[in-house]
Amino acid sequence: MSALTRRRLVLGTAGFGAAGLVGGCDPGAPQLRPNPYGLSDWLTFAGQRLLLARQPLAREFGPEAISAVFPTINTTDPDDPAYRRSKAAGFSDWRLPVTGLVARPGAFSLAELKAMPARTQITLHSCEQGWSAIGQWTGVPLAQVLAAAGMRPEARYVVIRTVDGWWDSYDLFDALHPQTILAYGMNGADLPVAHGAPVRLRVERQLGYKSLKYLSSIEAVDRVDGIGHGRGSMVAGLGFSWYAGI
Amino acid sequence: MMIETTGRPFSRARHPAWVRLTHWTGAAATLALMVSGTAILLALPKLFWGETGSNSAPAWITLPLPVDLEQTGWARNLHFLAAWIFVLNGAAYLALALLRGHLRRRLLPAPAEIKPRALAGEIRDHLRLRCAAPPTGRYNALQKIAYLGVLLVLAPLILLTGLTMSPGVTAAWPELFTLFGGRQSARTIHFLSAFAMVAFLAIHIWQVLANRPVTLMRGMILGRAGNAEETR
Repeated sequence: MSALTRRRLVLGTAGFGAAGLVGGCDPGAPQLRPNPYGLSDWLTFAGQRLLLARQPLAREFGPEAISAVFPTINTTDPDDPAYRRSKAAGFSDWRLPVTGLVARPGAFSLAELKAMPARTQITLHSCEQGWSAIGQWTGVPLAQVLAAAGMRPEARYVVIRTVDGWWDSYDLFDALHPQTILAYGMNGADLPVAHGAPVRLRVERQLGYKSLKYLSSIEAVDRVDGIGHGRGSMVAGLGFSWYAGI
Repeated sequence: MMIETTGRPFSRARHPAWVRLTHWTGAAATLALMVSGTAILLALPKLFWGETGSNSAPAWITLPLPVDLEQTGWARNLHFLAAWIFVLNGAAYLALALLRGHLRRRLLPAPAEIKPRALAGEIRDHLRLRCAAPPTGRYNALQKIAYLGVLLVLAPLILLTGLTMSPGVTAAWPELFTLFGGRQSARTIHFLSAFAMVAFLAIHIWQVLANRPVTLMRGMILGRAGNAEETR
C-alpha cells in the first residue's frame, strides 16, 4: 500500500487521535499490506499508540516469579562459522556495529556495552505461539547505545539484524523506551547461547518475535519502506505483523 | 430466534434493517474468529492458570487437538481483522439497541417472566422440546436471558480476556492481569468463554432449524415474513 493510501487512511479516521501519535502517517513507515489485514494492523497499531501515549512500562516482577524453565524456539545455536569462533573465544572478539544516521559510527565490544549504564528487569515474555514465561534480563538500554553513537535527529527507525539472518525494525517510540534493552545477562548469569548470546534485544511491549536473539548489527535509518519487502521486518515477509503489540 | 414484533402475530413481524445487518456481520466475524482461533490454539493446545505456561510446564488441560506450529501466521491476521469487525459491529449494535429502546423493550425480561416458577416452567418445556414460541412472537424469557448474557457478559468477557493476551494493551492497562489472574488464566478463560459462545450458537441454530427455519431465516435476511411495517 502506498504512503498516499496510508495518508488517506489517516485522514479518513481524523478525530481518532492526534495524527502525530499515529505512526501510520510517517512517510518512511513500513508499508501496510494491500489487503484488509493492512487496515486491521493499522487499527491495532494506532489504537495501541493512543493507549501507550504516556509511555508506561510493562509490568515487572520480583525474583520469585522467574520461570524455572524458559522455552527456546527458532535458532538455539547458530551454525555460522564466525559465530562459532566467537563463541569459543567467550565472545571476546564480538563486536556490535552501530551505523547509519549516527554522528559516530562504530562497533561496541561486549565489555564496552557492559560498562555502560545497565538496567535489570523481570518481565513476562509472550510468544505468538501462546506460551509465556518470566525471565530476568540485564542489559544496556538501546537508547544509551544510540546516544553514545550520536543518533542524528533525522533518524526515525532502528533496523536490527542478527547472526541467523533475522532482521526487524523499530520506530523510536519503542526503540527509545527505557525497557528496550540490549540484554547480555539472563536470570543473574551471562545470557545463554540458546537465548541469543552474547546479546539479544528485549522489547517488552510487543510479542516475543520482536525480541531478536544473536544481534549482529544496529542501523539508524529515516525510513524502512524500502528495506526487504518494504513491510519493516523479516517476519512481515512471512505474513506476520510488523507491529506485534497484540 | 423469534422475530420481534410490536405484539402482532408472527406473519406480520419484522426485524429492523440495523438488527439484520449487525446480526449477519457479527455472524461472519464470529465464524472467522472460531476458525482462526482454533488454528491459533493448535500451536499450543494446552491451557494453564496463572501468568506463565508452556510445553515445559504442567498444563491444566491438554486438549485433544493436533499440534501445528505453522498456522499462526494467517490465523492471527484473520483473528485480529475479525476481532475488529466483531467489536465495532457489536458496539454499533449495542449503541443502537440502547438508543432505539430495543434493549429495554425486546430483550429485558419483564419481572413476571423471571419469577422462579415462570422460569422453571419454561425450562421444563424446553427440556421436553415443547418450547412453542409465545403467540405474540416476542422472545421468551430464556431467549432474552441468553441474548443478554451473550451481549453483556460473554462477548465482553471474550474481548477483555483477548486484550489481556496483548503485551501492548496490558502495558497500558495492567489491571487486566489482576482482573483475570494472569496472562495464561486470561487465555484459558478466553478459550472457555469462546467454547460457551459455540455452545450458545449450537442451540441458537438448532432452535432455528427446529422452529420454521424458512420463515425465521427470511425474517433475519429480508426483514419481513409478511408485509408488516418496520418496528423499532
